[in-house]
Amino acid sequence: MEAFVHQIFSGLANGCIYGSIALALVMIYQATHHLNFAQGEMATFSTFIAWALIQRGLPYWLAFLLTFGISFAAGVLIQRIILRPVEKAPVLTNVNVFIGLLLIFNALSGWIFDHTVKAFPSPFPQESALKTAYFSAHESGSFLVMLAVLLALYAFFRFTPVGLAMRAAAQNPESARLVGIRVSWMLAVGWGFAAAIGALAGMMVAPSVFLDPNMMAGILLYGFASALLGGVDNPWGAVLGGLIVGVLENLLGAYVIGTELKLTVALVLIVGTLTLMPSGLFGKRVVTRV
Amino acid sequence: MSALPGSHDQRPAKWVWIAGALLLVAALVLPFLVKNYRVFQFNLVLVYAIAILGLNILTGFNGQISLGHGAFYAIGAYAAAVLMDRVGMPYWLTLPFSGALCFLLGFLMGFPALRLAGHYLAVATLALALAIPQLLKYKHLEHYTGGVQGIVLVKPDPPFTFRLLDQPFSADRWLYFFTLAVTIVMFVLAWNLLRGRVGRALIAIRDHPIAAAAMGINLPMFKSLTFGVSAAFTGVAGALGAVVIAFVSPDSFTVTLSIFLLVGMVVGGLASITGAFFGAIFIQFVPNIADELSKSAPAAIYGVLLIMLMYLMPTGVMGMVRRLWARWQPGARRARMRGVQPGSSVPVSHDHLTKESAT
Amino acid sequence: MKFKHFSLTIAGVAAAAISLSALAQKKYDTGATDTEIKIGDTKPYSGPASAYGTIGKAIAAYFDKINAEGGINGRKIKFISLDDGYNPAKTVEQVRKLVEEDEVLFVFNPLGTPSNTAIHKYMNQKKVPQLFVATGATKWGNPKEYPWTMGWQPNYQTEGKIYAAHILETKPNAKIGVLYQNDDYGKDYLKGFEDGLGDKAKTMIVSKVSYEVTDPNVDSQMLSLKGAGADTFFNITTPKFAAQAIKKAAEIGWKPTHYLNNVSASVGSVLTPAGLDNSVGIITTQYGKDPTDPQWANDKGMQDWKAWMAKYYPSGDLKDASNVYGYGVAMTVVQVLKQCGDNLTRENVMKQAANLDMTLPTALPGINVKTSPTDFYPIEREQLARFDGKTWVLFGKVYDPAGN
Repeated sequence: MEAFVHQIFSGLANGCIYGSIALALVMIYQATHHLNFAQGEMATFSTFIAWALIQRGLPYWLAFLLTFGISFAAGVLIQRIILRPVEKAPVLTNVNVFIGLLLIFNALSGWIFDHTVKAFPSPFPQESALKTAYFSAHESGSFLVMLAVLLALYAFFRFTPVGLAMRAAAQNPESARLVGIRVSWMLAVGWGFAAAIGALAGMMVAPSVFLDPNMMAGILLYGFASALLGGVDNPWGAVLGGLIVGVLENLLGAYVIGTELKLTVALVLIVGTLTLMPSGLFGKRVVTRV
Repeated sequence: MSALPGSHDQRPAKWVWIAGALLLVAALVLPFLVKNYRVFQFNLVLVYAIAILGLNILTGFNGQISLGHGAFYAIGAYAAAVLMDRVGMPYWLTLPFSGALCFLLGFLMGFPALRLAGHYLAVATLALALAIPQLLKYKHLEHYTGGVQGIVLVKPDPPFTFRLLDQPFSADRWLYFFTLAVTIVMFVLAWNLLRGRVGRALIAIRDHPIAAAAMGINLPMFKSLTFGVSAAFTGVAGALGAVVIAFVSPDSFTVTLSIFLLVGMVVGGLASITGAFFGAIFIQFVPNIADELSKSAPAAIYGVLLIMLMYLMPTGVMGMVRRLWARWQPGARRARMRGVQPGSSVPVSHDHLTKESAT
Repeated sequence: MKFKHFSLTIAGVAAAAISLSALAQKKYDTGATDTEIKIGDTKPYSGPASAYGTIGKAIAAYFDKINAEGGINGRKIKFISLDDGYNPAKTVEQVRKLVEEDEVLFVFNPLGTPSNTAIHKYMNQKKVPQLFVATGATKWGNPKEYPWTMGWQPNYQTEGKIYAAHILETKPNAKIGVLYQNDDYGKDYLKGFEDGLGDKAKTMIVSKVSYEVTDPNVDSQMLSLKGAGADTFFNITTPKFAAQAIKKAAEIGWKPTHYLNNVSASVGSVLTPAGLDNSVGIITTQYGKDPTDPQWANDKGMQDWKAWMAKYYPSGDLKDASNVYGYGVAMTVVQVLKQCGDNLTRENVMKQAANLDMTLPTALPGINVKTSPTDFYPIEREQLARFDGKTWVLFGKVYDPAGN
C-alpha cells in the first residue's frame, strides 16, 4: 500500500512537470491559437541562461527574475521579428517556423552550454516545512508555484482588460481591430508571457530532472498530451491533464503493463479519452454557426 | 485555395507534354551520369516523395492534420522487412502487402480521427508516432521485429546487367528504375483519384464540411477512406525505403521522421501532387547542406534555412509557382486591367482581389 | 673483364632490385597518397544523441595535433566527419558518400549500434575497414565472418558479466533490481549480466524495469525497485538518468549495493550533480582515467591531455569523458597507421589493426590495447572501482576475459 501511495505521489510530482509546460502551451494557444512546438526548447534555453547567471555568482532569486524578464523580452522579440512575416500565412506554415525555432534553440543550447549534465539549484531548502512524507521540499514548492501561476493566469485572462483584449485578439482578430485592439502587439505580449512561463517551468523542472539540452524533449510531448487532454483552451485543464498523465503513467508502469509498454498504453488511453470527449476533459465545446 | 489538377481551365498545354517527355528521358538517363551513391540519394528522394504525397492527400487535400505519418512509414517498412527476411517473400511483392496493411490501419485510425479536429487530431497522431518505436522494441514481438537490433536485409540484385555510358547497371541503378516506376504509378494513381469527384469531395470536406455533408457526401466514410489511402501511400514508401536502405530498426522511425514529413509537405506546397518532389528534395538534401556549413550546430542551420524558406514561400514551392503562373496568364492580366466583375466565374488570383478591393 | 662485368651486373641488378622494392613498398588504396591519408567518420552532430558529437570534434583536434607535428610518415591526415543524426538510414547514406564519393581509405569510429549494424554488410562487401567502432556491442569482434569490422572499447556484455561475477562472489543471496534503458545498449548490458549469473539469474533478479530516453525521469522505476525488496542494484543508465537514479535512491532512503555502468561513471558529470555523498559506495568498472577524478590531477597522461585540449580543442568540455575517449581512440588509429608505414592498403590497415600491442596514457595502469588475427577486441581489460566520496578507488584484480 505504501508503495502504491508513493507511486501516486511520484506521479503527481511528474504531473506537475508536465502541467507546467502544458500551462505555457495553453498560454500561447489562448493568445495566438497556435501550438508552439518550440516551447520546450525555449524553456531549456532560458534555464541555461539562469544557470549561467548563477554560475557567475548571482543569487538565485536575482537570476530567476532576470531570466524571467529576459525570456519575456525574447518572446516578444521572437513574435515581432520572426513570426510577424508569417502571421497571415496558413497554420502549417507557422508550424514549420516553430519547428525551425525548435531546431535552432536546441542546437544553440548544445553549442553554447555543452551537453554535460548540470545540476540546477532548487529555491526550496531541503529540510523546510515544505517537505512531507511523500513529497520532497522541491516537489511541494514546484506544485505551489504552479498553482500560483495558474491562479495568476486565470485572473489575468478573466479580470484584466489586457487579458480580455488578448483573448479577443486571438478569437476574432478582425473584430478586435475594429474596437481598437492592437492585435499584433497582443500576440507579441502573449508570446512574451508564454516564454516567461516556459522559463519558469524549466527552472522548476531542472533541479529534479537535471539540466541538459534535451531536458524538455520528452517532457514537451507529454505536455502536449496533457494540454489537449485537459482542453487546450483551459489552463486548469492543462494542469489537471498533466497530473492525470503523470499518475496514469506511473501506475501503468508499476502495476498494469510494465515499463516497456507504459508509454504506448498511456497514449492509447489519452487518444481514447479524446475520442470520447473531443474537446478534452475540460475544454470548451466549440459550436459553430452553419 | 488550391487549384484542382486536371480541371477544365487547367488542361495542360502541348508544351507541358513535351516538357514532361523530356523530363522522363532525363530521368531515365540520369542514373548513368552520376555515381552509385548519388543514385542511392535519388532513390531516397523518390521514396520520401511518395511518403509526402501520402501525407498531402490527408492533410493538404482533406485538411486532417497528421503528425504521425512516420508511424505508417515504419509499419510499411517493417512489414516489408519481416516478409522479406522471415518469410522469404521477393521484395517487389512486399509493396502491395505493406500498402494493404497500412490502408487497413489507416482506415481504423480514421474512426477516432472523425471525432477529433485540428490540434486534437494532430496530438492523437503524434501519440501514434511516439508509440511505434516502443512497440517495435517490445520483447514479445522481438522474434518478428528483431527488437532493438532491427533487421538487416539483402539488397536485391539487378535481374540483368549491361553498361551504358560506361557505367554498369548496378543494384542501385536497378532500384532507381524500380523506385521510379513505383513512384510514377503512385503519382498517377493519386492524380486520377484527386482530379475527379473524389478530389472535389475531399477539398469540399476540408473547406466546408457542413456544406459537404448537406450535399450528400458521406463524411465519415470519406474521411476514414482518405486516412486509409494516405496511410497506404506512406506505407508503400516505407516498404520501398526498407528495400533501398536494406535495414530497419526502431531508431530509424522516431518522431523526427513524422515531423520531417510534415515539414517536407509544407515546403513542397499543401494540396499539390508535384510539390511532394520539392518537399522530398528539401528533407533529403538540406540536412547535408547544413552539415557542411556547421559541425557545431547543423540543426540550427537547418532551422534557419527552413524559416527563411517559409518567409519566401509561405504556401510552399508549388504555392509560389501557382501564384507566378496565375500572374502571367493572359486572362488574369486582362481581368486586372478591366477590374473585378461582379458575378464573374473566372477563377482569379488572390492578389487580384486584395489589390482591387479597396471599395 | 669478366669480373667487372659480373660486378656491374650485380650492382645493376641490386640497384634495380632496390628501386623495385622501394616502389613495391609504397602501396596505396584509394584514399592514401604520398602526402595524404583520407579518413572518414560519421557522428551524431544533431538529434537526440548529439552529446556524442564532441567525440568527432576531439578526434579532429587530435589529428590537427598530429598534422601540426608533421603527420604520419610524412603524410597529413584528412579527416572527413559527417552528421548522421543517429538515424541509421542517414548513416548508410553518409558512409556511402565517404566510401564512394570522398573515397576515404577507411571509415573510423562510426558511432551507434544501429548505425553500425546498418553499414556492417556494406563495409565488408566493399572491403573497406570499419575500424574501432564507437559502440560497446559485442558483435563487432567477429573476424571470421566480418574481417573488416573491429570494435575498440570493452564491450557491454563483458562488463555485465564482471558485475555478475562479483555479486556471486561477494553476495550470493542478493536480491537484485535492474534499471535499464530500453534500447540496444541497455539490453546488451542486461544480457551480459544475466548470462553471468547463469541459472541463478531468475531467482536473484527480483525486478527488471526499463525507461525510454523520452521519459522525464526514472522516479517511478526507482520506487518500483525499492518496493520489490531489492538490496542490490544494477544501474544501466546514461549520465542524466544515472544522476537522477542516484539522487532518487538517496531521497527515498534506499541504500542497495549499487553497480553503475561505466558509461555513466564520471565524477564530474554524474556523481557531482547527483550528490557526492549520495554516491558513496557505488561500484563500477573502469578502463580509462576519469578527467574529473582528483586522483589523476597530477598524472602525466591526463596533464598532457589537458594541454592538448587547451591548445587544439579549447571549446571542448574538460569534464566530458567523451573527450578522453576521442583522444584515446584517435591515438590508437594513429598507431595503426604508423605501423602501416608505406603500405597503405586497406588490407594492411586491417592487418596492422589486428596486430596491436600498446598502452594509452589515458588508460588505467594495467589496461592495454591488444589485438591479434583471432582477437578483434582491442580493449578488454577492466578493473572494479568503488567510489569513496571523492574519487574512484580501484580494487580487486584486473579482469581479462581473453586471458591475455
